[in-house]
Amino acid sequence: MSTPVLTQFLNELLNGRLKMVDLTQTLSPEFPTIVLPPEFGQAWPFRIEEISRYDERGPAWYWNNFSMSEHTGTHFDAPAHWISGKDLPDNTVDSMPVENFIAAACVIDVSKEAAENADFLLTIDYVKAWEEKHGRIPERSWVLLRTDWSKRATPKEYLNMAEDGAHSPGPDAEVVPWLIRERNVHGFGTESVGTDAGQAHHLNPPYPCHYFMHGNNRYGLQCLTNLDQLPPQGALIFAAPLKIRNGSGSPLRVLALTPSA
Amino acid sequence: MTEPLLKPRKKNPVERTRLATRPPGARSRTALGLTRAAAEGRFELQVCADCGSVQYPPREVCGYCLSEHLAWKPVDNRGELIALSTLRHSNDLYFRERLPWRVGTVKMTAGPVVVAHIHEDCAAPEGTGVPVRLTLKLDRSGQAVLHALPAKDTPNMNDAAQMRESTCDPKFRRVLVTDGKSAMGLATARAMLDAGAATIFLGDPSSWKTVAAFDKLAADPRVQVVELDVTDTDSVDRVAASIGGKVEILVNTASHLRDGGILGRKDVILARDAMEVNVLGLMRLAQAFGPGMCFRAADGSNHAVAWVNVLSIHALAALPSRGAWSASMAAALSASQTLRAELRGAGVRVVNVFPGPIEEDWEQLTPPPKLAPAAVAKAIVKGLQDGIEDLYVGDIAEEIRERLRDNHKAVERELGQ
Repeated sequence: MSTPVLTQFLNELLNGRLKMVDLTQTLSPEFPTIVLPPEFGQAWPFRIEEISRYDERGPAWYWNNFSMSEHTGTHFDAPAHWISGKDLPDNTVDSMPVENFIAAACVIDVSKEAAENADFLLTIDYVKAWEEKHGRIPERSWVLLRTDWSKRATPKEYLNMAEDGAHSPGPDAEVVPWLIRERNVHGFGTESVGTDAGQAHHLNPPYPCHYFMHGNNRYGLQCLTNLDQLPPQGALIFAAPLKIRNGSGSPLRVLALTPSA
Repeated sequence: MTEPLLKPRKKNPVERTRLATRPPGARSRTALGLTRAAAEGRFELQVCADCGSVQYPPREVCGYCLSEHLAWKPVDNRGELIALSTLRHSNDLYFRERLPWRVGTVKMTAGPVVVAHIHEDCAAPEGTGVPVRLTLKLDRSGQAVLHALPAKDTPNMNDAAQMRESTCDPKFRRVLVTDGKSAMGLATARAMLDAGAATIFLGDPSSWKTVAAFDKLAADPRVQVVELDVTDTDSVDRVAASIGGKVEILVNTASHLRDGGILGRKDVILARDAMEVNVLGLMRLAQAFGPGMCFRAADGSNHAVAWVNVLSIHALAALPSRGAWSASMAAALSASQTLRAELRGAGVRVVNVFPGPIEEDWEQLTPPPKLAPAAVAKAIVKGLQDGIEDLYVGDIAEEIRERLRDNHKAVERELGQ
């Protein structure tokens, strides 16, 4: 029997005082996937083939087979994904505590800075200034970086590859351990293909978001969208990856609950 | 003298499309020796090992000494045109649509007297024979026929209607290059433009990647970029829906080439990627573009005519250091043989290209000789202009082909060292 809190929550959702925001990109073959140096194994892009469509292959039904990487489209990174997290307990999508699928979110809007500088890096000072305006980041919160990257219309603009690699925003190497140590955050989420900046291979350590988050048993979310519909604080995120045995991550539906304006 | 081919008029979209018909395609097993020669651009007849006589038509025993030791060999292709007829009537659907058609009798220097298609630039014999050259070409049934050409090349010789029926000339045709961003794809597109192609549909499998040479070529008014990923059924279907009715020559340059045998890895991911691009990509393209090309196989002077697969000599003999890729090449070859059978009914020729190593990134560590992409592209264009079906490009490809004929086991051992 549900408690009054749950009944109240459902009522608020049904009467529109709470709204659900879909932070997930649609899975389609055109959605860009991260591209690594060609000598490394590559993540499969999303591909889909019809099995039948009310035709001779299956008269009364329509269904498809699809293939993709764990890290294609809007997806979740588990700590096992990175070498720094490989030996931590409960570090795969199937072994993570299910309570960790629900958490509050702080949305830090750097869309203006990102529009002017594709290599914008989030710093400790920027976060502190944000907290002056919007309040301290609560314990066990997602930190979501709103860059409006999801509004980039073509794969070329979204991956933003130049001769020296990809250019997209992310956290610098200092702010990540600070967020973990000083704010005990739940994980980091971005709108681009990686939680780390496009040029993060040049930071020290390389890919600091992956390195420190997963090295401290925290999580990552990528290819998010509609972050511009969330308040700076107060949204609740539901992000449950698929239960893949020993999975390093998975595509998923990321849903946010937030009070209607 | 042959009139130069004119740029085709725009098609009237509400007129019925003429469908493909074929010349008679039945041949005896022995006669298929002519087809083998024509497929590779050679001129060969049977020569008796005992009395040296050259045989025509193909037969089981020597017409002079009854020996059964007949071997296919290159022979002198010169002859004299001694009789000429211009057909103005035929009960055969194919020839009926292509009248008038000249046939004649040629007395070969090598001995036999043959009936051949006679090029319009060959003078009519009046009293004395007219010197001609014979050539074996595949007709629209994919079978070998003899053509008599003038003793020396004449202007616009290949524009003659008879010649265009036996060749796949890119002139005035619209060509799809499935991966136009690779070195091989760019070279193919340029070579086709140089050969007079009307339009190049330049396939872009990775729109997120900037390639200066691609952008430069795309600026040419004859070039249309199409985003095309052969691993994505939806992408292939959409491009076919958009331009499928305009593709007259399809060159599949999509290719996935990586080092690696079989035992050295602990996963089949690279092998799967190779199969996905090199084999399943071919099948997707065939399913999406094949029917349209068959439908337009007799539609105008620039009708659909050829499907070109850029494979590798290692489709015929695996290179173990690149075993997974070699397997995909062999699978692609097998698929293309099926495709050849499936497109033959409409007279669309499947051309398989077997180059040796090509000078490109993933062949960096292969010692020379390596083929420049431009050289392979040039060979492809010439092969289409000559009507070749199995095209071996470069010294390494030719050498492996000869060694396979001689002793395929030796090839296996030597490549496996």
